[in-house]
Amino acid sequence: MPQPPEADWIEARLVGARPQAVAALLRYFRDLDLAEEAFQEACLRALRSWPKNGPPRDAASWLIMVGRNAAIDHKRKQARLTALPDEEVFSDREDTEPDMAERLDTADYRDDILRLLFVCCHPDLPATQQIALALRVVSGLSVPRIAAAFLVGERAMEQRITRAKARIAKADIPFETPGPVERADRFAVVAAMIYLVFNEGYTDANPKSERAKLCDEAIRLSRLMLRLFPAEPDMMGLLALMLLQHSRQKARFDETGAPILLDDQDRRLWNHGQIAEALAMIDKAMLHRRPGPYQIQAAIAALHARAERPQDTDWAGIDALYGALERHTPSPVVTLNRSVAVWKLHGAEAALAMIAPLSEPLDGYFYFHGVRGNLLERLGRHDEARAAFGRAIALANTPAEAAHIRQHLDRFEGERDTGGS
Amino acid sequence: MRYTILCYHSEEVTSSWTEEEDAEVIENLKAVNRKWAKSFEPIVRLMPTTAATTLRKSENIVTDGPFAETKEQLLGFYVVNVESYELAVQIAREMAEANPGGAYELRPIALYYPNGEAIEDAPTP
Repeated sequence: MPQPPEADWIEARLVGARPQAVAALLRYFRDLDLAEEAFQEACLRALRSWPKNGPPRDAASWLIMVGRNAAIDHKRKQARLTALPDEEVFSDREDTEPDMAERLDTADYRDDILRLLFVCCHPDLPATQQIALALRVVSGLSVPRIAAAFLVGERAMEQRITRAKARIAKADIPFETPGPVERADRFAVVAAMIYLVFNEGYTDANPKSERAKLCDEAIRLSRLMLRLFPAEPDMMGLLALMLLQHSRQKARFDETGAPILLDDQDRRLWNHGQIAEALAMIDKAMLHRRPGPYQIQAAIAALHARAERPQDTDWAGIDALYGALERHTPSPVVTLNRSVAVWKLHGAEAALAMIAPLSEPLDGYFYFHGVRGNLLERLGRHDEARAAFGRAIALANTPAEAAHIRQHLDRFEGERDTGGS
Repeated sequence: MRYTILCYHSEEVTSSWTEEEDAEVIENLKAVNRKWAKSFEPIVRLMPTTAATTLRKSENIVTDGPFAETKEQLLGFYVVNVESYELAVQIAREMAEANPGGAYELRPIALYYPNGEAIEDAPTP
C-alpha cells in the first residue's frame, strides 16, 4: 500500500518527541516499561489521527497526554478485573496532575529527560547495558538495530535490555527535583554515557554500519541536552569534541578497514561543516570561562582540525592543552597522548622519557606499546621497537588494529633491509 | 524590491536527518535556486540553535541559546565576519548601546553564498 506523503514527516516528529515524551511518562508512572508502552500506544494513535486531523502544534505534549490517558484507562480496566484500587496504582497522581498541565506549557522537561538518561546510566549497570538501554529507551532504536550495532544476536540484546530494566526497577530512582549539586553530578554521568555511545560507533570502519551510526545518535543526544541545558560549557565541549572526531570519519580508514593515522589522512575528506560548527561551539563555551575536560579535549582536536597540513599543526598549543588536561583530570592515558606533542616539539628521546613511568599502569594498553614502539624505532633501537610492536599486536582490540601495527612493522623491517644492504 | 525568505522548521526533525537525507533536501533546493539564479542574493544556512547566544539588550546580559520570546518581532539582521564569538558579542553590545530595547540573537553561519548564483562553489566560513 502506498504510504501517505506525511508518513515520513510524522515518523520524524515521533522520533524527535520521543525522549521528552518517554521522560515525562516515566515521571508519571515511575516505571520504564509502563512509560514505554504508553508512548507506543500514543504513537499508534498519532499515526491514525495526525493524517486526518493534522499534526498538533506541540507533538511531545500531545503524545504525553494521549499516552498517559491510554495507560490510565488500561490500568483502570485491569484494576477493575483484579479489584485493585486505582490510587495504589499511581500513588502520586493527585500531586502530579496539576503540575503536569503547567509543565506542558512551560516546556520545562529538562529534569525529566535528565532523569531518564540518568536512570539509563545507573551505576549498578555495566557500561554496555547502560548504552544499550539508553539507545532503546531514549533514542527508541529497535532491538535488532542495537544488536547489529553491538555485533551480538537479537535475543542476546533483548535479554541484556530486559536484565538492565529489571535491575533498574529494583534500584531506587530518585524522582524529586534534583538540587544543583545533584543535577551537576547527573549531568557529568550522562555526558560520559553519551561519549560512550559515540566511542562505540567511532571504532567502526564502515560509516554505513549500524555501529557507526551510533556516532550520529550520540551527537543528537548531546544536542538534545544542550537545548535543555543551554548554559553548560562542558556539554558544548562534548558536542564540539564529537563533531571534530566525527568530521574525520571518511578519512580515518583505508578501503581494507585499517585505521589511517592523523598525519596520513587526506584532509580534504574531513567534513568542514562539522569542523566549523565545532569551532563555533568551543568559542561559545569559552565565553563561560569554566574549562572542563571535554572543552579541553575539543580544543586539542580543534588545533588538529585547524591545520591544513600536518606540518602546520600547533604542537606547542596542543602540549599546553594536554598540560591543562593533566591538571584537570590526571591520567596515564592523557600523559601518553601528550607525549606525541612532546615528541614533535622536543624529539623522541624526551617523549620516551616522559612515557617511561607509564609502563606499569598502561602495560595492558594497545596504544602505549604502539607509541613506545614508534619512539624506539625513531631512536634506532630496533630490537626494543620490535618487541613493543609485538606486544601491541597481542593487545590489539580489532584485527584492523593488529594489521595496522603489523604493516608498520613490515615497513620498518623493509626499510632496515634496504638500508643495511 | 528585495525580500527575505526566512526558514522555519522543527530542529528536532532536521537534526535527525542523515547526511544523505540532508544532501537530498539541499539538492532539491538548489534546483529552485538555479532556476531563479538571477534573483537570489545571499543564501545563508545557520548553524543549529545550540550554537546560538542571545544578548538581552535592556539587561545587557548574554545567555546561551536562541531568542525564544514571542512578544517581540524579527525586524532585521546583520551578517558580520569576525575572528571569534567574543568579537561578535562585542559588536552586538555596541549596537545595543546605540539602539537599546529588545534583543540580538547571535548565530554562527554554517554555509554562506554571498551571491546565490555561485551556489556550486561551497565556501564554508
